[in-house]
Amino acid sequence: MPAPCLLTGSYGSTLRYKSVERMKPIGKHSLLGASGEISDFQEILKYLDELILYDNMWDDGNSLGPKEVHNYLTRVMYNRRNKFNPLWNSLVLGGVKKGEKYLGTVSMIGVNFEDNHVATGFGNHLARPILRQEWHENLSFEDGVKLLEKCMRVLLYRDRSAINKLQIAKITEEGMTISQPYSLKTYW
Amino acid sequence: MDLEMNLNAPHSMGTTIIGVTYNGGVVLGADSRTSTGMYVANRASDKITQLTDNVYVCRSGSAADSQIVSDYVRYFLHQHTIQLGQSATSKVAANLIRLLSYNNKTMLETGLIVGGWDKYEGGKIYAIPLGGTLIEQPFAIGGSGSSYLYGFFDQAWKEGMTKDEAEQLVVKAVSLAIARDGASGGVVRTVIINSEGVARNFYPGDKLQLWHEELEPQNSLLDLLNSS
Repeated sequence: MPAPCLLTGSYGSTLRYKSVERMKPIGKHSLLGASGEISDFQEILKYLDELILYDNMWDDGNSLGPKEVHNYLTRVMYNRRNKFNPLWNSLVLGGVKKGEKYLGTVSMIGVNFEDNHVATGFGNHLARPILRQEWHENLSFEDGVKLLEKCMRVLLYRDRSAINKLQIAKITEEGMTISQPYSLKTYW
Repeated sequence: MDLEMNLNAPHSMGTTIIGVTYNGGVVLGADSRTSTGMYVANRASDKITQLTDNVYVCRSGSAADSQIVSDYVRYFLHQHTIQLGQSATSKVAANLIRLLSYNNKTMLETGLIVGGWDKYEGGKIYAIPLGGTLIEQPFAIGGSGSSYLYGFFDQAWKEGMTKDEAEQLVVKAVSLAIARDGASGGVVRTVIINSEGVARNFYPGDKLQLWHEELEPQNSLLDLLNSS
């Protein structure tokens, strides 16, 4: 299951930070990607770090999978929204545990769902329609990457806050790899 | 026309601040203007503040907020150094700044650049902008004057500079920002931190290169008239 993420941190309309990693592995089974306020994303990573540490300390052979992490994040985001002090992020949580694939999303107001393809920000408007047409159950890794690159290229053309630098992560039962940052060719 | 200068406006350091790593340490640089509305309250401020023997911070934004944050962090680091039994690392200093900046984000208005040298990681620069994000970078720019420097650094920055190249770059950059940003001005101060220790430098206006539409300073018109 591949998942892409741009390496950008904006400040209003200025593309201020061009090497921010917005995708991080969580525990053994999951991957979290975020858009929005980077300081809040960093705080979420600290919360998850504590959660995973607490889970590991039980040392009982069990480990938190993507479904559990997604649920935890939903609770955190919704509770903050209720206190009128949201964490200003849109999150994408993906992973594989015991052969089962999982992909979910949570918004800053706590709206959450799972689907075969999810996106944040402009991705919802530009990428998901492409994915709706072209995604199917038996995509190979190579086809998945090509499809994601197609979506990322459209976003690069049409989203002002995008930069030409991205990473793609691959999650399988065996483990997770996040690619090094790279750029896409564009056609004018 | 605004004849009323708001002399009671909070002190803000419009500012240009810069932190750059080089092959062996870091160079921190800043301008020296503190303004109260349109009035320059201090034309020779020192915006590069010491946190420990080996870690310094460049302050921008509200003068009060940046001073109180650095005072607290200096205090925490002092205790931490005693408990640890050795010098604090620049990473710890940066994380303490981040905690205060993030947890008080609704109340504070300060952007900081932490730079230091420690025996574990060598020279490091950490930027902590307004929201409390912590980001480690090979170089960082901040303050209102930094808007004019993004393009400059995209072109002029290179990896693996020497100490002198790095300092020259910082001085040139602050000087360019002062030329265009009304909220930055005065002198250019730099602090160089490496394994050997800390060195402070000072570059007054007359030691800096002249930029576009700037003229060579004269003592008086009379000198010009007499020489022609």
